[in-house]
Amino acid sequence: MTRKASETANKLNRRRLLKGAAAGGAVVATEAITGFPTVWAQNIKDITLVQAGGSYAVIKEIGEQASKDLGFKLTMQAITDDVQLNRTLTQPQTIDINNIDSTKMPYLVGKGVLAPIPVSKYKQWADTVPLFTKNAYPDGRQASSQGLSPAKAMFYEGADAKKLATKPTDFLTFIPTIYNADTLGIRPDLVGGRDKVTTWKDLLDPKFKGKTALVDYAPVGVIDVAMALEARGDFKYGDKGNMTKDEIDKTIKIMIDLKKGGHFRSFWSTFDQSVNLMASGEVVIQSMWSPAVTAVRSRGIDCYYVPLKEGYRGWFVGVAPMAHLSGLKLDCAYEYMNWYNSGWQGGFIAKQGYYSAVPSTARKFLTPEEWDYWYDGKPAAVDIKDPYGTLMEKKGTSRDGGAIWDRMGNIACWNTVMDEDRYLTRRWNEFVSS
Amino acid sequence: MALLNQTADGAMGAAPPTAEQIADERSGERASWWQTAPLVVVLLLFFGLPMLVVLAVSFFDFSRTEIIPAFILDNYIDLFRSEVTLRLYLSSLKFAAIVWAVTLVLGFNIAYFLVFHVRSLLWQIGLFLVCTVPFLTSNIIRMISWIPFLGRNGIFNQALEGAGITSQPLEFLLFSDFAVIVAYVHLFTLFMVVPIFNSMARIDKSLLEAARDAGAGRFRTVAEIVLPLSKTGIALGSIFVVTLVMGDSFVVRTMSGGQSASVVSALQNEVAALQYPPAAASAVIMVIIVTLMVAGILRLVDVRKELAR
Repeated sequence: MTRKASETANKLNRRRLLKGAAAGGAVVATEAITGFPTVWAQNIKDITLVQAGGSYAVIKEIGEQASKDLGFKLTMQAITDDVQLNRTLTQPQTIDINNIDSTKMPYLVGKGVLAPIPVSKYKQWADTVPLFTKNAYPDGRQASSQGLSPAKAMFYEGADAKKLATKPTDFLTFIPTIYNADTLGIRPDLVGGRDKVTTWKDLLDPKFKGKTALVDYAPVGVIDVAMALEARGDFKYGDKGNMTKDEIDKTIKIMIDLKKGGHFRSFWSTFDQSVNLMASGEVVIQSMWSPAVTAVRSRGIDCYYVPLKEGYRGWFVGVAPMAHLSGLKLDCAYEYMNWYNSGWQGGFIAKQGYYSAVPSTARKFLTPEEWDYWYDGKPAAVDIKDPYGTLMEKKGTSRDGGAIWDRMGNIACWNTVMDEDRYLTRRWNEFVSS
Repeated sequence: MALLNQTADGAMGAAPPTAEQIADERSGERASWWQTAPLVVVLLLFFGLPMLVVLAVSFFDFSRTEIIPAFILDNYIDLFRSEVTLRLYLSSLKFAAIVWAVTLVLGFNIAYFLVFHVRSLLWQIGLFLVCTVPFLTSNIIRMISWIPFLGRNGIFNQALEGAGITSQPLEFLLFSDFAVIVAYVHLFTLFMVVPIFNSMARIDKSLLEAARDAGAGRFRTVAEIVLPLSKTGIALGSIFVVTLVMGDSFVVRTMSGGQSASVVSALQNEVAALQYPPAAASAVIMVIIVTLMVAGILRLVDVRKELAR
């Protein structure tokens, strides 16, 4: 698929070249289509930028394409969350471009390790989905403010980057890149059909006793249970994404009772574990990431990322330059920020099931059939393949949950770090050991 | 070893030591200090110093992203006040005790078989190597391979059902304490086999013959000759197994499917949440407890004396 995308790009280039009857190198051609590179310097090829972050976003192919388009070198380092946070705080100079999960912002704000990004420096801001620019859905409704919403994580109050703002300002913490809506994964064949699970409270349904699993990560696991408790009518939370001590206590108490009653089969801590639990039938309903659902399906086992009526748990990540960059390196970093959402990356990750912050550019790097499948939720007109050319979905299937705004337009709570996260960690340890 | 013997000989000399002898002894002592120096330096740099840092941090205060140099006891107070701590230690100690007992029985019998039943040296070496074959793959793979075997629709359950022994899959096989113990035993038995094998191999076979000639049965021979003479190996094996189980988080987490926790897995959760001072306090307590356990074992068996034998 990678090859296919660049082939189409080449074709376009050739056509443009012929039209203009211009003789020129590949560089000129690339510029003609993407507008890059825009930074010109004698020594630009000596520049290397290191991007670090989670393996779902920091992908080798993206770095290679950027290096090709931009003339300087990108090195991609896929690392785990805690290593990334540690390096960012204690050895910031080892990273140039930080791939930031929104939930890391409360840890990083005011530490002087990230450079604030003036909106004026970022060219695609006007084309970015309103979810990030206005904390609103395209139809004008305000997006959920439970948890760490875009408005709460994406803006600094001022140029000094000391505090996070609660509404849009002119200084971005990071440039939003990819996002998605998470929900529960189910095994339709083992729960009696796709329509048998419709609400979060099914996660706690006694009929799935011994066949459910949660992610072993407190801030997400506890929200998944809170969604279920609220749906079941146990109680209503002020903000599921920022619980009070009392709310944490009440939730953990119910979780401990459930655990002692044998409701949970497992708690998974890696992607592979979640895939294997589902594929082996140990578990029929659980917290899951979208690519894990795909991984189960690719083994020929039906797995469904079920749309639930209470809505999704949303997440978003982005990229930011580090504060230690200056001069040409900083120019290159901005150049890379602007390249990031100019289309190629968006097309690549769309085929992994993630949305681009600037869908209009990503669209140029998707075939119409791919666009219809991934963004519009239409039945696939052709076989759908992942970025590496492996078959993902057969012709005729459609994406769970439908079109982008059917999914992203229905966020109940955002991934988060709670003010009481210290207390939550302690109680979570108690839950796991009970 | 030679040095030890020399000094021992020197001390045992009956005549009062002359000035020359004393000087000799002193220079011998000095030489042995020099000989241990490289190890001392390595241990101080890479073990002593980091331990001191951990100890210091365990008294620090912390906020969401910073550890704040201070001297507070809160981390320890929280630790001792929380009933989770007790539960975690009880759970870790329970695993350590069960795994120790099982690996001891297995290890002793396997070593006994290799040393006393396999007559040919070639076979002995061959079979010993067979014991180590699983170690050619990684720990993780050896452990994870149990999951498809023990799972609800795993090979074992299918076999049981196929043979008509059970009508429903046995749920307790996987993601349970049982699974954790199976994996521990599989992973750690060799650590028991090797030292016991080693000390058994040093037993003079004529002792066994003498016992038999004197009319002792097999069990009496094992109980009165083999067992006391394998004490060193058992002690060393026990140290390996107990410290490995106490220090583990990965096996417990994976095989129990996150249903059980260990002291170290709770500590890891704290590290992942950047809460270093409480994690450090927990590590300090852990080190003290494990050191006490090892000291207890060493008190029962003077490993150094036995090795110098």
